[in-house]
Amino acid sequence: MRYLPLTAEDRAEMLARVGVPSIDALFADIPADKRTAALPDLPPAQGEMEVERALSRLSARNVVAGAVPFFLGAGAYRHHVPATVDHLIQRSEFLTSYTPYQPEIAQGTLQYLFEFQTQVAELTGMEVANASMYDGSTAAAEAVLMAHRITKRRKAVLAGNLHPHYRATIETISHYADDAVEALPPSPEGGEDLISAIDGATSCVVVQSPDVFGNLVDLKPIAEAAHAVGALLVAVFTETVSLGLVEPPGAQGADIVVGEGQSLGNALNFGGPYVGLFATRQKYVRQMPGRLAGETVDAEGRRGFVLTLSTREQHIRREKATSNICTNSGLCALAFTIHLTLLGQQGFTRLATLNHEAACDLADRLQAVKGVSVLNATFFNEFTVRLPVPAAEVVEKLAARGILAGVPYSRLAPGAGLNDLLLVAATEVTTPEDRAAYAAALAEALA
Amino acid sequence: MNREGRGATAPVTPLTPAPETFTGNRALDLEEGLIFEVGRPEVSGVDLPEPKGTAHRLGGLKRAAAPELPGLSEPEAMRHYVRLSRMNYGIDSGLFPLGSCTMKHNPRLNEKMARLEGFADVHPLQPLSTVQGALELMGELSRYLLALTGMAAVALPPKAGAHGELTGMMAIKAAHLAKGSTRHIVLVPESAHGTNPATAALIGYQVKAIPARPDGTVDAQTVRDALTPEVAALMLTNPNTCGLFERDIVEIAAAVHEAGAYFYCDGANFNAILGKVRVADLGVDAMHINLHKTFSTPHGGGGPGAGPVVLSPALAPFAPVPALVARDGTLTLVEEKGAAGAEQALGRMSAFHGQMGMFVRALAWMLSHGADGMRQASEDAVLSANYVRASLMDLMTAPFAERPAMHEALFDDTWLAGTGISTLDVAKALIDEGYHPMTVYFPLVVHGAMLIEPTESESKASLDLFIGALRDLAMAAKAGDKERFLGAPHYAPRRRLDETRAARTPVLRWVKPAPLSEAAE
Repeated sequence: MRYLPLTAEDRAEMLARVGVPSIDALFADIPADKRTAALPDLPPAQGEMEVERALSRLSARNVVAGAVPFFLGAGAYRHHVPATVDHLIQRSEFLTSYTPYQPEIAQGTLQYLFEFQTQVAELTGMEVANASMYDGSTAAAEAVLMAHRITKRRKAVLAGNLHPHYRATIETISHYADDAVEALPPSPEGGEDLISAIDGATSCVVVQSPDVFGNLVDLKPIAEAAHAVGALLVAVFTETVSLGLVEPPGAQGADIVVGEGQSLGNALNFGGPYVGLFATRQKYVRQMPGRLAGETVDAEGRRGFVLTLSTREQHIRREKATSNICTNSGLCALAFTIHLTLLGQQGFTRLATLNHEAACDLADRLQAVKGVSVLNATFFNEFTVRLPVPAAEVVEKLAARGILAGVPYSRLAPGAGLNDLLLVAATEVTTPEDRAAYAAALAEALA
Repeated sequence: MNREGRGATAPVTPLTPAPETFTGNRALDLEEGLIFEVGRPEVSGVDLPEPKGTAHRLGGLKRAAAPELPGLSEPEAMRHYVRLSRMNYGIDSGLFPLGSCTMKHNPRLNEKMARLEGFADVHPLQPLSTVQGALELMGELSRYLLALTGMAAVALPPKAGAHGELTGMMAIKAAHLAKGSTRHIVLVPESAHGTNPATAALIGYQVKAIPARPDGTVDAQTVRDALTPEVAALMLTNPNTCGLFERDIVEIAAAVHEAGAYFYCDGANFNAILGKVRVADLGVDAMHINLHKTFSTPHGGGGPGAGPVVLSPALAPFAPVPALVARDGTLTLVEEKGAAGAEQALGRMSAFHGQMGMFVRALAWMLSHGADGMRQASEDAVLSANYVRASLMDLMTAPFAERPAMHEALFDDTWLAGTGISTLDVAKALIDEGYHPMTVYFPLVVHGAMLIEPTESESKASLDLFIGALRDLAMAAKAGDKERFLGAPHYAPRRRLDETRAARTPVLRWVKPAPLSEAAE
């Protein structure tokens, strides 16, 4: 077996050193009647060629996003990732290292995490950010738990236009932690009244902007209303690129900002792995979940970086920790920070502008299709259209014609009764030809 | 040989102390500033088309000031990150015996497979008719995990080990709630990973610690005595964090079930028993499997991981959504709690369906090893750990050495008594020898613990050199050569870092230095 260096002779010598007659003696503590002699249901070892053949066959049975006109978003976005990113994250010293517990030989990881934290804080307009969470949805759930710790209250109010998967993730942990959640119904055309749902028992209001329908939300009045009763504003975004054009949550009064960072550096990957972004105010840093890289000096006075404030964490505090998170999304955070460093301020702003322009063009084209109406007054690179027929049917029809048309809201929230709504995204990778083909195909499908 | 044009062998001159360099670099050891120091906002390493200048539709929410982000051209970026990478130690650099972390070889075939367009460039919400191959891969991974564990069901969504623990413990709470039970205590041995008590506490359980026996394992009678009617579950790591197989596990499981509680097994150490015993046969109700440990999806400097949870028949109905279901010859995902096929689902753990990129890598690892290779991997990992322990026993002190070790060799610091050298100093001295240190000060139940997990990926020559290094260090410690330890590491990119200072005055981000004129005010 190509991955196992020991030879039969090695094994015999090693058993002799250990002083046992056979390998079975080392497994003697397993109750004899429970030991398995083989794995009859699984095939024997295979070479690279065979494994590659088997997996390529499965891969080929999927429709590749890049091979067709493609307009899906709803929390995962298709962007162009420079070749440099994937090359660099496959450097052995990044790919095959561990959580940087031994900082003297992990300065590479620690420095990029420090840079990543700074970039995330800057993007979100916040003071500090952590070294990543699993993804945007779990970051949102952790933000709610953190708000409960800070306010010593246990009720979260969720905007109706929060991504339904994020809402379900928060509701699940809250249910088992015996915390209360008040989730408002969706308002696809925006303008929901969140403020009247906030009261003295509210620990936090969770608001997504751009929301799941693509509307931009003015967070300032919500922040003010929350702060007036001692509650926090948790701001959520699922498209990092929006922060290149949209006023950041930190400038609108948010106390905790969480988001999905997949858009930078990371592929769609059928849903994972992604990278959760988590930022807050300096004064709340000791209630923050997750790892933090911090600056210090070594014994010779040279600048260096370490994991710090670990007294918040499970390996030190055990049941009193701020979170149970251990492994996070280190390598995805690396991809994120490399991509953002390659873009720089000007590149990032331009990327955001191109996304917005592509979406504006698509919205105009779809609005012109008979029976279709765009709901949004504002949006970034994703918006919602109302169709005269169930959106899921249209999506299937267009998929059969080789166009991936968007995400039916009913896929995210089957019980919401909003079967005619379709979420549509356009990014810098969609071409004018793709957009024209989509509008034409939609017109035919609805005719 | 033609030596024309080449100088003669250089004359040997006496060595002088190494001079300081202008750059601070030392040949291949290259210093690198922060991107904020080397980058500029107007520079970009990505060429994008010119925007058209369309009127925006952002309402009143257009960003007032662009974020202050430095940019690097492509060559500068390449150099920045390559230099950073060279300050890191990875498995590809050398032996990485970090106990409980299972740092084994990461085959590059698996990286290549995860990057196949049909897996990497597929959106999680595409119509199910367009992702049948991806769903089939998830089904195949599930089949392997169930065959290896004998369990009834597997939930693929959890994104790491601790997330898998949370899922499993929620399933347990859901099962109790379904019976109208409000049990509120979870038993956790003192030797457990910190994630265990943290997870139980996260969903409102009160954690009660149980002590270990002098031989490092949990005593069935101790568990029985602790099993009051308020106990919801026992969380036990097996093989345990001392590297031992819990011999009484079947009896413990029976006692837990008899008391109406559930048995959660922490699967962090699954590598020791792969194909050797099925956890279902031991009475386990739920166990997470760290795909980034046992199945070698890379650790990536701290993730991403994946932590699928296998469940017993009693807990299977409570598995989270999405659930993979086969209907009429096609595969489908049940994505909504309460829908057909997920009537009693505990809820949703995260957006979408789990760590697909890790699923592909883990399945590639399993297909490559096959039934025979997986058992052999487990045997080699266990043999290597026992070999390391046996080779160091005369110089270092190993608690519980009367028992066979599983895949980890555990030492305490008794052998360092009176030397003035600590476990941490030994770890740092190992860095100078070119190794990543072992896990130190864990498990907490062993004083000055050193937990060594060589995995199956090391050749005998590699193990022998590592053993030689540790033997030499042990002899040096006993001979009073303190400088080799207290000043270590001497040869790493950094000497020991001041962690106290980092925690006392946290600097968690780069801040633009104030202009000189302001600073003077």
